[in-house]
Amino acid sequence: MKATGAVSFWQATLAVLWKDLAAEWRSRELLSAMLVFALLVIFIFNFALELQTQLRASLSAGVLWVTLTFAGTLGLNRSLAVEKDRGCLDGLLLAPVDRAAIYAGKALANWVFMLIVAAIMLPLFGLFYNASLILPGVVLVVLLGSEGYVAVGTLLASMAVQARTRDILLPILLFPVVIPVVVAAVKATGGYLQTLPLEEIRPWLNLLGVYDVIFTSVAFMVFDSILEE
Amino acid sequence: MVLIEVRHLTKRYGPKVVLRGLDLRVEEGEFVALLGPNGAGKTTLLRILASLSKPTLGEVWIAGYRLRDQAAWVRQRLGVVSHQPLLYGDLSAEENLRFYARLYGLRNAETRIREVLTLVGLWARRRDLVRTFSRGMQQRLAIGRAILHDPEVLLLDEPHTGLDQEACDMLDHLLRQVATRGRTVVMTSHDLARAADLASRFDVLSGGCIQASARREDLAGDALLTFYRQALGPQNAASVSKEVFP
Repeated sequence: MKATGAVSFWQATLAVLWKDLAAEWRSRELLSAMLVFALLVIFIFNFALELQTQLRASLSAGVLWVTLTFAGTLGLNRSLAVEKDRGCLDGLLLAPVDRAAIYAGKALANWVFMLIVAAIMLPLFGLFYNASLILPGVVLVVLLGSEGYVAVGTLLASMAVQARTRDILLPILLFPVVIPVVVAAVKATGGYLQTLPLEEIRPWLNLLGVYDVIFTSVAFMVFDSILEE
Repeated sequence: MVLIEVRHLTKRYGPKVVLRGLDLRVEEGEFVALLGPNGAGKTTLLRILASLSKPTLGEVWIAGYRLRDQAAWVRQRLGVVSHQPLLYGDLSAEENLRFYARLYGLRNAETRIREVLTLVGLWARRRDLVRTFSRGMQQRLAIGRAILHDPEVLLLDEPHTGLDQEACDMLDHLLRQVATRGRTVVMTSHDLARAADLASRFDVLSGGCIQASARREDLAGDALLTFYRQALGPQNAASVSKEVFP
């Protein structure tokens, strides 16, 4: 009798998520790189711009998302490079599971890492830029924006990791595709910081929601083909 | 019973044809050594069998399942060992196996993990991170990972690469144990001595197809080297050194 049984999509997804979190807990390579980078960017912008308090508040949204997306790229690259360098990507692909579950597990792990960075960044950001970013609306935008970014980023990182020039290839592939999500996230965050009425922010939130649904669905559909030679 | 059947397999990478209409049949319980010079297409063939690469043309059946449309069933029946360990350095030996046990839906996973770690001689090091292991220990754990779900077919791609003599001997001992359990093994190698020691059948791959095949009982003494040289033809045979065969 075979000692194995069918593995559901969610079992496989959670297995990959658990593995990524456990490995990161040990090494802390990915999170520490993302955090150090994010802190440096905040620090540099703070002193380079030397803005008036009011200007700082209006520019905070842009600086926040530039920091998050650049730090996120570091994490995405590293997350897939770990799989490729030791041949572990083959180990994952050899498993008798839906390959979309592998994508889901990796994307969820990347999302968790990005949210951890955001959770540390937001209070620090407020400190440097004299603007309170810990608002329910801003948290919602961070959740939606980072989901869309990670959904596309994980997919494109899986593609870029096959190339020799993966470190430079990922930003080149990723940034043009995430322009809508970054623009919408900056506008929506700025709207909440400037306490604009919800009617003015809602179109940007809608755009983020639609982007997330479309690009997450596309990523699930094409992940298997991207990994084929 | 035929466990692996490959028909008219062709693989092209752009203009380069790596496999040309290759046919292969492997019976249940056979230990096949796939021999051939570098670039002969051994790894490509194994990657196709493992469902990691798609053939350009041709069909593959493993354990009665057609690879093209039943890949998940095939993967459930395969164990793969390559020259890379496919293990996570930041997880312990036990955690690596637990992760793969979850992906393969292993019942009684903890018991099986204990069995496998004992078999590969790493039970005492089960809580150590894999990145602290030597290359030989990693390769033993890689075998453990490959046999964790008790697969019917084991595919080994140059498993001795980078191992010292002692680690090679331990690996051979482990592979013999797997083979005596009636598992079907296909191993690529260009090390005739190791292949001669382990395999029950020798297939020579060159020019993109199997040039010759012989059973162990038909090749006594130096005959494997002669067989190999003849299969490669005069042009390639010149590069085969007698030192690779005792």
